[in-house]
Amino acid sequence: MRDVMTICNYCGCGCGVYLKVEQGRIVGSTPSGNHPISRGNLCSKGWHLHEFIHSKNRLTKPLLRRNDTLCPVSWDEALEVTAQSLRKARDRHGADAVGVLSSAKCTNEENYLLQKLTRAGLGTNNIDHCARL
Amino acid sequence: MVGLATSFGSGAMTNSIGELEGADVLLVTGSNTTETHPQIGRNILNAVDHGAKLLVIDPRKTDLARQADIHLALRPGTDIALINAMMRVILDEDLADQLFISMRTEDFIELRDYLFRLDLDELARITGVSLRDIHEAACIYARSCKSVICYCLGITQHTCGTDNVQAIANLAMLTGNVEKEHGGVDPLRGQNNVQGACDMAALPAVLPGYQDLTDTDVRKRFEQVWGADVPPVPGKSLTEMTHSGPDGDIRAMFIMGENPVISDPHLNRVEATLKQLDFLAVSDIFLTETARLADVVFPAASFAEKGGTITNSERRVQLCHRAIPPIGNCRPDSEIIMELGRRLGCPGMDFDSDAEIMEEICLLTPIYGGMYYDRLAENWGLQWPCWNRDHPGTVFLHKYYFARGKGRFTVVAHQEPSEQPEEKYPFTLVTGRGSYHHYHTATMTRNSRRLVRECPEALLEISRKDCKDLELHSGEMVEVSSRRGTVLVRLEVTDRVKPGTVFTSFHFWEVPVNKLTVDALDPRSKCPEFKVCSVNVRKAAHA
Repeated sequence: MRDVMTICNYCGCGCGVYLKVEQGRIVGSTPSGNHPISRGNLCSKGWHLHEFIHSKNRLTKPLLRRNDTLCPVSWDEALEVTAQSLRKARDRHGADAVGVLSSAKCTNEENYLLQKLTRAGLGTNNIDHCARL
Repeated sequence: MVGLATSFGSGAMTNSIGELEGADVLLVTGSNTTETHPQIGRNILNAVDHGAKLLVIDPRKTDLARQADIHLALRPGTDIALINAMMRVILDEDLADQLFISMRTEDFIELRDYLFRLDLDELARITGVSLRDIHEAACIYARSCKSVICYCLGITQHTCGTDNVQAIANLAMLTGNVEKEHGGVDPLRGQNNVQGACDMAALPAVLPGYQDLTDTDVRKRFEQVWGADVPPVPGKSLTEMTHSGPDGDIRAMFIMGENPVISDPHLNRVEATLKQLDFLAVSDIFLTETARLADVVFPAASFAEKGGTITNSERRVQLCHRAIPPIGNCRPDSEIIMELGRRLGCPGMDFDSDAEIMEEICLLTPIYGGMYYDRLAENWGLQWPCWNRDHPGTVFLHKYYFARGKGRFTVVAHQEPSEQPEEKYPFTLVTGRGSYHHYHTATMTRNSRRLVRECPEALLEISRKDCKDLELHSGEMVEVSSRRGTVLVRLEVTDRVKPGTVFTSFHFWEVPVNKLTVDALDPRSKCPEFKVCSVNVRKAAHA
């Protein structure tokens, strides 16, 4: 079994957690003893942090709506349809007709990239996330 | 955040979480800390064990309120009246920190004149709290020089949310409890990286590091690095986008890791808006209620399947490590964004690693100026502002001077919530995070077997008196309706809520409580009024 240090994915406390990895699966979470926030403690959500990762409900394939149902497609097709549709909306209705919601669950790097894409690529400042919810 | 930024110049927690343990007085308002921020709650309780006084302002008798020296159970939506009353008491008792006020703040005279015109009995009547309790709490808070205020969404999710925050800032400045260790104003951030998403400017009106989007020089710096124009006009906020309605301006959306169909106010309108879009793409780890409405759904990698950094409530930027490769055919969101960017012809979308993205962030974001990966890896991350490679990070803010220069007092007056109880809808519904075991729209926690076991469904908290008057019983299904919609929910009789008030959480899609909430917004922060709406409760037709 291997321990990988990471930061808990739930609230804004930012506790240090070790994920226990065995044969490619995450099988447990334990607190970091020296981390300045958690100091050897976790809450019930933190102790069960690993449980949703291998949930059978996880999405594993890109989906595209065809005849009102979401069907599995290749990454290339899903990305191409998205890029074309966003470009079409922008060309037809103007850049401010496109809106982007980023995520307080994603990393700083991902948030940075998405606002860069929105501003520099799509040409709008219509980007926000759920800070107020 | 807007409120605190106006008063202090920065909208983040002024202290570090560990400092709470050293405080002498903790004033917690609008935060069910032990359930929503358990480790911060532990710090608060440790401080109490060491002899600190705990004051809790909350309409509900939360677990933390039960531990409080004084619990001010105010009527929902009357925070400003309560804080103004406390400030008036502090002036009357001559407990204001005159030296701090004259050296470090401005506009005090207007506030003082305003407070002296207020009638304390009238304020107490508005809040529903006894004047004796207000007086005692104010004196306890003001007499200590290590007083901390912690607040959360119970303060901000009102139409007067920005004013609420400014009232809190006034109170802290009035007593000089701002610029030091163990003393300050600490907004607790809900999501693991809500601080970082704000810092990185996933916001419509600022560029990374809260730099002014309308400033030509700032834009020019970004344009030079990005190799593309930055639009100069602020964009639409989340609720403006999700409530634009069937004839709205928004025609296409990309949503990454959010579930507005459950989390946003006045849901019927959100769903109508998203359904009529020409195109909707969603990236998430589960097929959420929002993803079900999408034209394209991307399977995203979870936090355990990618690296990167996140920033916690105390401004600490921390490294996450990849434990396993993405499951199935999932990809990290960063790859999805860069691939989309390349296809849309956006320049600068080919980074080889998260560390390389961070280098661009350091270059363009002064407060993140020294957050290089090699430094973050050396210890437990760094707290911003961290201006350069040699800067040690900042444990508490506003030492010697406020981020904006001088702290600004703002006169704020009580205003009634946007909706009042009336004959047809006699109860005030407060919504919030209701369980130690669930998280936000519960997309993750409800895929966690043992968390579901502990808390399988939503409950509507009601007082024993109201339950008896309505001839209802604990555990039975009831219909809760507002002017906007109706939901079915199971009743729980408890002493946590006062008569006239009911409470439930928004974790469960079966009880989409945001079908009831009002879509009135705070005009400045655009924060919806989740905490107050008028409802009726009655026996469910087919229970």
